[in-house]
Amino acid sequence: MSSRRSRQSGTSRITDDQIIELVSKLRQFVPEIRNRRSDKVPASKVLQETCNYIRSLHREVDDLSQRLSQLLATIDADSEEASIIRSLIAQ
Amino acid sequence: MIPKGVSLNPNSRKTRFARRFICALSQMRNPRPVSSSNEEEVRKRSHKIKIAAYLSMARAVGSRRAWSRALLFKLRTRARRHNIMIGRRSLCLKKKRVIKNDPLGELSQTNKLRHLVPGGKTMDMCSLLEETAHFVTCLATQVKVMQTIADHFAK
Repeated sequence: MSSRRSRQSGTSRITDDQIIELVSKLRQFVPEIRNRRSDKVPASKVLQETCNYIRSLHREVDDLSQRLSQLLATIDADSEEASIIRSLIAQ
Repeated sequence: MIPKGVSLNPNSRKTRFARRFICALSQMRNPRPVSSSNEEEVRKRSHKIKIAAYLSMARAVGSRRAWSRALLFKLRTRARRHNIMIGRRSLCLKKKRVIKNDPLGELSQTNKLRHLVPGGKTMDMCSLLEETAHFVTCLATQVKVMQTIADHFAK
């Protein structure tokens, strides 16, 4: 445990940058994360919000898979793939 | 529609993922005509679609990232095990991991993150945060592309 602590303090500058990078990426989803110098409290909050975000993304993938499965059952055309790819690229 | 970049990179991760995922989807359309889509088939296909999504994203990222390597390994191992188990009654041995009491709150948060990010259990803190950032971005892209496809089909 103490060795991990000293390693963390040795690389703490890199870790802080990573945490700040995560904070800026997550800020649009979690507006209440304040831009503080990383202490124990904000760091755990960032981690917690990240965990919640990952879980919500997994849930969205589940829902979308379910929706796509239902939609796939109804459509039939074969030229769909080309038009989809075209429309995706056109965006 | 979506105010995305004016010039779309045909080699971008997003396009690579979309191509693979759409290929997988088109292979999934039933060869035999399905007159009525029953619940069981929809659920099974939904699971296949989910796996295809994660697989397509991991492949689009390639072996450059630790999380994509770990995810590819996990999916391939699971597929191998699934093929062996077909025909037998699937014994779902889900071991519930007992989380020890953590006196410090932040340690359990890190552990939770390690369980969520593929390959996170063996990473050091630096790599874990780096991989998490990349993983979250890719996952968000995956969701966005899936949403676009679903909206397109729904028209």
